[in-house]
Amino acid sequence: MKRLRAWFLAPSWTVMLSLFLFPMLIILAYSLLTRGTYGGISLPWSVESYQRFADPIYLGILWRSFWIAGASTVISLLLGFPLALFISRAGKWKNLYLSLVILPFWTSFLVRTYAWMFLLRDTGLVNSTLQKMGIIHDPLPLLYNDGAVILGLVYGYLPFMVLPLFGTLEKLDRNLLEAAADLGARPWATLLRVVLPLSAPGIRAGVILVFIPCLGAYLTPDLLGGGKSVMIGNLIQNQFTTARDWPFGSAISLALMAIVMPLLIAFVRRDEEGLL
Amino acid sequence: MKRASRPLAIYALAAYLFLHLPLLILAAFSFNESRFTVWQGFSFRWYTAAWHDSQLIEAAINSLIVAVCATAISTVIGTLCAYGLWKRRSPVLSGSLYLSLVTPEIVTGVSLLAFYQWIFRFLNVQLGMHTVILAHVSFSIAYVVIVVMARLRTVDGALEEAALDLGANEWEAFRYVTLPAVLPAVAAAALLAFTVSFDDYVITSMVAGVDSETLPMVVYAIARRGVNPVVNAISALLVLGFGVLILISERLRTT
Repeated sequence: MKRLRAWFLAPSWTVMLSLFLFPMLIILAYSLLTRGTYGGISLPWSVESYQRFADPIYLGILWRSFWIAGASTVISLLLGFPLALFISRAGKWKNLYLSLVILPFWTSFLVRTYAWMFLLRDTGLVNSTLQKMGIIHDPLPLLYNDGAVILGLVYGYLPFMVLPLFGTLEKLDRNLLEAAADLGARPWATLLRVVLPLSAPGIRAGVILVFIPCLGAYLTPDLLGGGKSVMIGNLIQNQFTTARDWPFGSAISLALMAIVMPLLIAFVRRDEEGLL
Repeated sequence: MKRASRPLAIYALAAYLFLHLPLLILAAFSFNESRFTVWQGFSFRWYTAAWHDSQLIEAAINSLIVAVCATAISTVIGTLCAYGLWKRRSPVLSGSLYLSLVTPEIVTGVSLLAFYQWIFRFLNVQLGMHTVILAHVSFSIAYVVIVVMARLRTVDGALEEAALDLGANEWEAFRYVTLPAVLPAVAAAALLAFTVSFDDYVITSMVAGVDSETLPMVVYAIARRGVNPVVNAISALLVLGFGVLILISERLRTT
């Protein structure tokens, strides 16, 4: 068996090593080189790209990214928890309700972001409806701000929160809830002091799964933030295109990976079912 | 156990509206005669306009070629990988697959770009369809492995042992016993890989050449300039197409 297994794993090893791990090493090397005269990279080796993080402009973008990703994660948790609770109690309709959460997730991220541009812009459906109803006179500035970016991220990654929450809520021992009720706990007390602590693994998984893609988001801040709401992802893209500073872009990419990796490890350690 | 309470059900309804309404509204307005957000009658004019836009059609064909090639390669590689990992775990390979899944797309994109530019120093090639396809293979394998692995977990390993006892060799045990048992999941994984590949913008935009513009790239370029009814029409088609593929995939995965 050993030999066959080696052949079976060889193609995926080849792809992962050459098209994922090796490219990461390349940007590690690039991050330690100097920017060439015409873009690109050149010698000498230096840690200058990492020192540039201290610049208040970049610290500001870093802080903004954390703030937006954190806010999106918290809102996703607040919106996702009751939904997961509802699905876990839906009896035979459970699978249908769960599919209804997953389905939009797989339908084009680009289109789902664009849908919010369509709704939120100055002449979009929300503003034109409000104007027609006479509630507002001038269109509200709904698009191209941090709020729009957070909305887009919550909309995009809510399923990542609902799925693990549903997983733990479904496995919850119902007898514990009855015991709490028998002992005189009101529904709210049961929710806060029994259900919530017991769903901690799901909350932890959901928070990690939402926070990671939000922190590295590129498309959402670009389309819904409209250049005003720059996040780490946009900064990286900019360094590799317009600014043509590949060493700095590589250094930011690695800094982002340095944040993502511990979160992933925390997730995998706790992930009893193990996807892989 | 008591059923979901009424306030919870009302909340859930609102949440489902939040998830689905934006796409439904966008799809509805793709049939609007007017280019503005005022309903002026039913019309297919934006679909006709999209159909006659040669840049869009060319990009759609590119996307199709990329997605079909990437899906074929990653489904084969991913299925073999899942089988190998099912036989015996490999924390390093599983770990890198996980990592490829959560690495921010923009980081994957720029690292592939840097890698291609480095390797082009030694080879006489340029960015194009092949670089896009390879990039798509690298990020879609993990999806395939996860879906196929989930099904393999339900397969009884004793069946293969029985096949081996009855004189099959290892390859035959895989080919005639285990593979047929997981084939629906392999098909589900392929559909998933196809949608992920067809939809990708961020990584593709970093590694595409001048002749390999994909549909999401064109749509993105138009969308960045603002809302455009032709994009509404394409969006509606994409939502419908992906929706059908994912429903089939879910059905295959759970049967």
